[in-house]
Amino acid sequence: MNNLRKIARQVLFYAAVLALWQGLALMKLWPPYVFPTPASVFEALRIGFSDHTFWIGIGVSLKRMLVGYALSVILGGALGLVLAQSDFLEETLGRLVVSVQSMPSICWLPLAILWFGLSEKAILFVVVMGSLLSISINVEAGLRNVPRIYAMAGRNLGASGARLFLYVLLPASLPHLVSGLKQGWAFAWRSLLAGEMIFVSLGLGQLLMMGRDLNDISQVVAVMVVIILIGFAVDGLVFRIVERNLRRKWGLSPAA
Amino acid sequence: MAALFEAQLTLHAVTNKIRMEGVSRHFPSGQSAQLAALENINLEVLPGEFLCIVGPSGCGKSTLLHLIAGLDRPSAGEIWLDGRKVDGPGPDRILLFQELGLFPWLTARENVEFGLRQKGIGRSERREQAGYYLDLVRLSQFEEHHPHQLSGGMKQRVALARALAMQPDVLLMDEPFAALDAQTRDLLHDELERVWHETGQTIIFVTHNVREAVRLGNRVLVLSYRPGRIKKEFSISLARPRHIEDSEVASMSKRVLGQLRVEIDKSVRAEFHHEQFA
Repeated sequence: MNNLRKIARQVLFYAAVLALWQGLALMKLWPPYVFPTPASVFEALRIGFSDHTFWIGIGVSLKRMLVGYALSVILGGALGLVLAQSDFLEETLGRLVVSVQSMPSICWLPLAILWFGLSEKAILFVVVMGSLLSISINVEAGLRNVPRIYAMAGRNLGASGARLFLYVLLPASLPHLVSGLKQGWAFAWRSLLAGEMIFVSLGLGQLLMMGRDLNDISQVVAVMVVIILIGFAVDGLVFRIVERNLRRKWGLSPAA
Repeated sequence: MAALFEAQLTLHAVTNKIRMEGVSRHFPSGQSAQLAALENINLEVLPGEFLCIVGPSGCGKSTLLHLIAGLDRPSAGEIWLDGRKVDGPGPDRILLFQELGLFPWLTARENVEFGLRQKGIGRSERREQAGYYLDLVRLSQFEEHHPHQLSGGMKQRVALARALAMQPDVLLMDEPFAALDAQTRDLLHDELERVWHETGQTIIFVTHNVREAVRLGNRVLVLSYRPGRIKKEFSISLARPRHIEDSEVASMSKRVLGQLRVEIDKSVRAEFHHEQFA
């Protein structure tokens, strides 16, 4: 019952947004190449998917995401682990990591192009640099914030070294790790689309730029819709469900 | 078991289970000041003894247990267990923490199984043993619950089962029943006494409840407030089974409390002073 009402509310909201959009388009305040109608965007979506360009774009982008994100998780996780081990590293390297992380990931692009040229590697580099540091910061915070009592209880019950890490410290920092992975994914996704705009890369970013080059506002908006939907699917569904289950199992209050 | 213990007391050349020699533990406090949590503790605990320790809060009771458990190191002095110097934690000594330290990501059963798994005990045997100890603390029906789904008293019983399942030679208990209602506490006193009889474990039991100490212990130590020293020692030779409402327990408690009250007053005054001038 409650769920039905929630869904109904959502449907109503988006119907209202579409109606407003359609209304503004009908008023012809701006020429159609500046402000598309909902119908023309749907048409662009239909064409994009039926001639496979969108499917290819999604495939290429997601494959890059997987490779780049996997690298980020491995490298960022390792870096976070190292930073959690020593206060000296935390105060030196750790602070540097935090400052570099404050830089928008698109700023890595010129460097990437100089190093790797207009290539796949350059895009991957931007994706990795965009998300690696946020993952490592969260991994470190997660490990450092494990309440002392858990480590003590683990040692008391005979766990030490790698076993203590694997069976106590790692699970104890899981809520932090998951939010780190989620944040890392979001950063990687943003970096990827920025990176894909630089050359003929076949990805979704490239499709956006192609729409601009062709002066096709409907395609631009259609690709934006696709990007939003993918972001929503991963962030809003995959990570939210994992996080919610984790919090329920642990008895933590729902994430803010 | 109790009879055996009395017999041991009469022997002179008894080997100690635990021996503490001149043990002190200081904590840094402020710029150069050192807080003496424990000062020159000399203590011998016999095998199979049920030793209770009472003292005002802040007297270093918990620190004493952490030292024996090997989770903390003394600033001075030495601790011996079965003639070997204590150097880190071991499965022969299990500490039941005041804050329990149950793992929230594991179910009650998995919590109990944790230590058994570290010992390398196989899955089915682990399960069986965990089931036995959860049954002992009357939690069989809550095996698959996570700690946050359990009441405070139930959590405390899970922690007790987890400690007992390790079958340690020495069981160190840090105010384990403080948060329980009176009935549950009575029940667990009986259970603990029974387990102690059956296993012959050495138990060191820290509490602020003098009656509880007298009800359970062979011996009750009163610790002084800052620095924590052994102020007075009472041998409790009342017949078992004892009950917390027994008049003998009450009159013995009165004697112990007489010693303790002075220390509690000191601690309260110190805290008041601290608040006034902080």
